[in-house]
Parts: sequence; structure tokens; C-alpha cells
Amino acid sequence: MTDAVDLTCEFLGLRLPNPIILASGVIGTSAALMVRAAREGAGAVTAKSCGPGPRAGHPNPVAVDWGHGVINAIGLSNPGAVAEVALLADAQARLRSLGVPLIASVFGGTVEEFATVARIVSGADPDLIEVNVSCPNVADEFGTPFAASCADAAAVTEAVKVAAVGIPISLKLAPNVPSIGRIAAAVVEAGADAITAINTMPGMVINADAGRPVLSNRVGGLSGPALKPIALRCVAEVASAVEVPIIGTGGVMTGRDAAEMLMAGATAVGVGTAVWYRGVSVLGEIADELCAFLRGSDCAGLGDIRGRIFE
Amino acid sequence: MHRTYTVTEIRDENYRTKTLVLDRALIAKPGQFAMVWLPGVDERPFSIAAASPLTLTVVAVGPFSERLHQLGEGERLWVRGPLGQPFELPAQPSGKRLVMVGGGYGVAPLRFLAREALTANAAVEVCIGARTAADVLLAERLVMDGAVVRVMTEDGSRGGRGLVTAALEAAVLEARPASVYACGPVPMLEAVESRCLAHGLPYQLSWEARMRCGMGLCGTCEVHGRRREGWLACSDGPVSVS
Repeated sequence: MTDAVDLTCEFLGLRLPNPIILASGVIGTSAALMVRAAREGAGAVTAKSCGPGPRAGHPNPVAVDWGHGVINAIGLSNPGAVAEVALLADAQARLRSLGVPLIASVFGGTVEEFATVARIVSGADPDLIEVNVSCPNVADEFGTPFAASCADAAAVTEAVKVAAVGIPISLKLAPNVPSIGRIAAAVVEAGADAITAINTMPGMVINADAGRPVLSNRVGGLSGPALKPIALRCVAEVASAVEVPIIGTGGVMTGRDAAEMLMAGATAVGVGTAVWYRGVSVLGEIADELCAFLRGSDCAGLGDIRGRIFE
Repeated sequence: MHRTYTVTEIRDENYRTKTLVLDRALIAKPGQFAMVWLPGVDERPFSIAAASPLTLTVVAVGPFSERLHQLGEGERLWVRGPLGQPFELPAQPSGKRLVMVGGGYGVAPLRFLAREALTANAAVEVCIGARTAADVLLAERLVMDGAVVRVMTEDGSRGGRGLVTAALEAAVLEARPASVYACGPVPMLEAVESRCLAHGLPYQLSWEARMRCGMGLCGTCEVHGRRREGWLACSDGPVSVS
């Protein structure tokens, strides 16, 4: 048995105390909540996506637990990039003292908007900018996500890479494409420093008594336990297609799930919906469980299991 | 997931408040809440006035609560919950003096708590604050349940004139309670908190906030304040324990 397990995670030159990252869209709405996520044990924290202007999001219901996971269509509620940058700067100042990197998340309706938002949030000096080209819940306004096409995703990547001046960027990809590996290759070719895989999977939940979809947006993104096998497949496919580090996200509820994500080729592991099932403390708990799993498997660190399924 | 409920009884509580009694129970504790959905209309959080059968006390304060008031017996609504952290009674409530402070429509969940406490043989005193006599809620029902009730109105049209914290102060000076419970608007909760801190009393406060997911994910219901930072009313609360 190994005595000491080292959970430290090197990611694009950043040093995360552990590989568990608060995923975008979950409690990343204020500096206080992001600091709380860090204190509860997250190795890095991702803010809620912000766009060019304020958005209220969709009317309720915006999220429900449907039995095997959660479906949500919050609708990209955010205060707009100008207000967001102040929030991010406040969060960054406090997270730096905790040694926990901050990841900003941006979206836009056009390539130019992505670049504008990335340029504005760069002012807060986030450690990484995640580029949300894959939100499934705003098709009415924004059309098909950029993540559905190699050319569109690459165009956003090139524009954001220029706008982000020196800050690394990770493209957050969608699972519902014929080949996520091809999209990943295209954005890496265009300059992406990392890949976040995956966003939620589009779905619909209907209440039979009511005879209607449960979400006001009718469709939403599936997350939680049901998403994990889809996420593992996508991460493995991306890992086979590109060399850049991957934040593997989707259905991670336990340390064992996190280990599976690393084995599929992820460098770090996003956790979001688990906050509903286990509370905010789940971030540190998953890190502890991963540590216990590694110890029980006679592993000294993350490198011992990363990409294991390809060996 | 939402469960389907049918309205079996409607009671008028005051000029703009109705209690809807539903056809079956929801396993819930006092202080917890439920998201009530009317398909095609909206989904909003409501405190639970009683669990068995599920009972909601609804004040007409906006379009959604007005739609709930239009429901008739036999009509359906959809409920997601229970959600959130409940009030906790003392480990041995029997013989303990518990003071509850309800501001405006915060009285509804306190009645659920008061009935549980009275069943466990606690001595319950409820301080009800309202704008006018017409706004006083559930006072008679609480007296029938066996609670001592003090009423304060802002215009003095019923009970004492002034804020409900004056009634709390009087109740505390009369005999030291084992715990104080409060539900109402934020300024009232902050005033109750400062009185409890001054007296060195343990207290539990139920916070109101706009809610969307109700699941501790979206961040909408974050309560900002001196003593609470990064605190979500839907999942960390709605009840905060001192």
C-alpha cells in the first residue's frame, strides 16, 4: 500500500490542489459562493457563463430531478460581461489567497460577441477562460450551438484566443454531435489550450398528468448520473483525438466516478449536479474519495490512473 | 419530479389569504418548502402549512398566487418537494417554552411548527405582526391549537401598536424561552436576530428569497447579509440555525 497519495493536479501550468473543479452553471454566480466552493474543497472553481449583456433566463420550472438525473434550462442567466468582470475580480482576489484557480466562462451569439466577452472578462485575470459553445438551452435565440460544427467552433476559438491575450482557453463541447473527436481536433488546431467535455445532453421530460413538458423551455440539458456513460465515451474520444488536457465533466457523483473520468483520459474532473445530490461539501468529499480510491489501488498520484483505459 | 395533487378543501383566512387542503400527504417537516407548479403558468416556492394532508396557505401577492386562488375544489396542481432545511425542535420539547415570531404571512409555516411543538407538550407563544387587523393571519387557529398569541399591528388596529419585535421582547422578559423561531420579511428577521443575540437566546430564522431551481444549483436565492455569506435559502435554508 502507498502511504501518501498526491492529488495535486498540474493543468496548463496551473497547480490545482486536487483535480475536482466546480463546473460552470452551478453556484458560480457570486464571489461568496465561489469562495465557498473553494473552501469546501474544490481544486478550481468555474464561474457561471456570462455573455455580452444581462439575461434573466427562462421562467420556472427551470430544473427538476427526473429520477435518474437532473434536467435544466436556466437560460444562461447572467449579469452581462461588464458586471461579471467585477464579480470575477473580487472572486479571483479571494481565491488566489486560497491557492484555488478561477475559471471564467463566456458565451456569445456571434463569433464577435464571444471575442468581446472574452476580452472584457480577461480584465479580471482569470486563470483560464472556458468557452461555452455548447449551451443547449437557448436555441430559440442563438440557433444551433457553435459546438455542432468544426468550422464554427474553430472560428470562435480563433477569435477568443486573440481576445484573451495570454490567458489559456478551454472549449466546452457538446455531446450531441456525430464526432466530438473531430470537433476537438478542429478547436485545438484553431488554438484551444484545453477541452472541457461535456456540456449537458439535450432532452425533454414530460409530466403525463399535466400532459406537458416540465420545463418552461420545454427542452433542457440532462445532467447527473444518467449523463456519466455519455461523458466517459466523449472524454475517451477526445483523449484519442487531441493531446491537450481535458476537464472531464458529466455525471460525476463520487470519487470513484472521478477516477473513471481520469481513466478515460481527463486531466481534471468537473463536478456540478452532484451539489444537488450531496450538497456543496461534495466537492471536497469527492476529492477525499478519489484519494481513498487511489490509496486502495496502490497508486501514488493521478498520473497512475490517467488514461488507463488506453493502456 | 412533480407529484400531482387535487384540491379537496379551500378555506378563507383573511381578505387576501386562502388555505388549500390537498388530497394526500407530503412527507415534510415544519420550515421546509415545496415548489408549486401550474403547467403553462409558473412554478413558485411555498412554505408548507401542514404535511398530512399537504396544506398550503397562499397569499394573493401576484399573478401566480392569484391563479392559485382561482383553483376550485377538485382542480389539480403539481408539487416538487419537500425542499430545504426544516426548523428543529429541542431534543426534549416537553415543558419547554418556545417563542415564535411571524411577520405578515410568515405565520403559516410557524403554525405547522407550533402544532408539532404543542403535540410534544411544549409551551408555545406566537407573536404575530401585521400591518393592520385585516392582515392578521391564523391568530384564532393558533389559539384553538393551544398556543398563547400576542398580536402587534403597525396601525394599532388590533393588539399592540408597533412592530412584532416589541411582542417578542415582552414574551422574552416574561419568561426566558428555550428557543426563538421566526419567519417573515428580512428586516424583521434581522431585528429578531439582534434581540436574540442581545438576550443570548438560541434562534432559528426562516428566510424568504426568490427561488428558481430550488435545488441549490442556480444561485438565485443567495442571501446576503452580515452573518451569512454564500448562503442559499433553498438548500442551506430556508431555516438558519444560530
